[in-house]
Amino acid sequence: MAEKNYEPDLVVDSRDSTCPGPLMDLIGKVKGAESGKVLELKTTDKGSKDDVPDWLDKAGHELLEVVDRGDYWSLYVRKS
Amino acid sequence: MSTKICVVGGGSGGTIVANRLAEKLRPELESGKAEVTVLNETSHQLYKPATLYMAFGKSEISEVKRPVRDLLDPRVDFRQEKAVRLDPDSKELQLKSGETCSYDYLVLTTGSKLDMAEIPGLKEAGHHFYGPEGSEELREELAKFNSGHLVVSVIGVPHMCPVAPLEFSFLADDWFRRRGIREDVEITYTYPINSVFGFDTIANWAEARMRERDINIETLFNVEEIDPDGKVIKTVEGSEMDFDLLVAIPPHKGDELINSADLGDGEWVETDKNTLEATRAEDVYAIGDAADVPTSKAGSVAHYESSVVADRIASLARGRTPSAIYEGKTICFIDGVDGNKATFLQFKYGEEPEVPQESKLLHWAKHSYNEAYWLTAKGLL
Repeated sequence: MAEKNYEPDLVVDSRDSTCPGPLMDLIGKVKGAESGKVLELKTTDKGSKDDVPDWLDKAGHELLEVVDRGDYWSLYVRKS
Repeated sequence: MSTKICVVGGGSGGTIVANRLAEKLRPELESGKAEVTVLNETSHQLYKPATLYMAFGKSEISEVKRPVRDLLDPRVDFRQEKAVRLDPDSKELQLKSGETCSYDYLVLTTGSKLDMAEIPGLKEAGHHFYGPEGSEELREELAKFNSGHLVVSVIGVPHMCPVAPLEFSFLADDWFRRRGIREDVEITYTYPINSVFGFDTIANWAEARMRERDINIETLFNVEEIDPDGKVIKTVEGSEMDFDLLVAIPPHKGDELINSADLGDGEWVETDKNTLEATRAEDVYAIGDAADVPTSKAGSVAHYESSVVADRIASLARGRTPSAIYEGKTICFIDGVDGNKATFLQFKYGEEPEVPQESKLLHWAKHSYNEAYWLTAKGLL
């Protein structure tokens, strides 16, 4: 699938942070963001790559795309 | 000219690093070429892991604190003072008393504080075991609690002693069984991610034991607010949970000193994970909870980091190139399974810890260490 070029309104850089840090960083920023805003979470933690979609599903936010950047992942999220 | 080394904080990391410096720089301290000062707001050090046991009446505050002065090498200067502002450019600390304190090398060991105000309703409705006052109050609540829904909720992450909520859950389960009221008490453990712990190996171990002991598990559970009157927890995910007794792991924050000097984006010092140097200031180091390194906020971390920082500063004070590095060494016990069994973990950065079978032997090893801890604080163990 071709990668889309999402322009994030907010970047959450959690690289080198271990589980559960990246998800907790994202939750903190999502809480403060306006509805419809796009957030990019950067993480090097494989567990968080799986946890974040689970949380988004439960909390009702949208996972737009996961991009493998080689040494980290970018998860693009839209707040509902 | 004397090399001034200042340590802010008189907890585990503070006394260990000061004592290790006194040992390594003994000739310099005795000849007046170096001086080590510890600043701490209070006169005593508390052995924090003991507050978990205080909640169950198994430990008293008088047994788990010691005067900081008594824990320090006689060559270390101790001042009961709170540092309120840091200017890294002029290498100066502003003290609450109005005095200033200059340094050549600064070690921040300012620890974690609870931030009950971050979650509306938490202060009114929640209890905790992360301090002597909280544990004393919780002991009374637990003693009176004969039936109902006990919720152990991990709200703030990161928090001190990451395995303590698991330990509390196991201890509570055993304690209610011993009182013969376990069937009348429902216990629920909540955690923010889709698992009961951050490491998979520990999560798998703990989840199996919780299920065996009828401890309910709720994951992806992030508390947004608490209704103290209705006794209801409301989550970011939109769910609600009733409780009769809430034992919360509150949000944590670092010392205001860190923000005053812009040493990190949040409440923790942005720290090189190997050299333990603050990345935004010269000649400033961070140890223990204050540092944002990617491992646990645990006493053993402060212990091992202290040796590295003492070695590096001693090298610099002697004009040598420092070479000691911290590789993330962390150890901890998970105590309380069936009330009298524990397991033991050790790992470094990037490693997933193995979880040995819990045993009574490891439980007694943990309790023996609780007694021996003061030798660690003195830098001897």
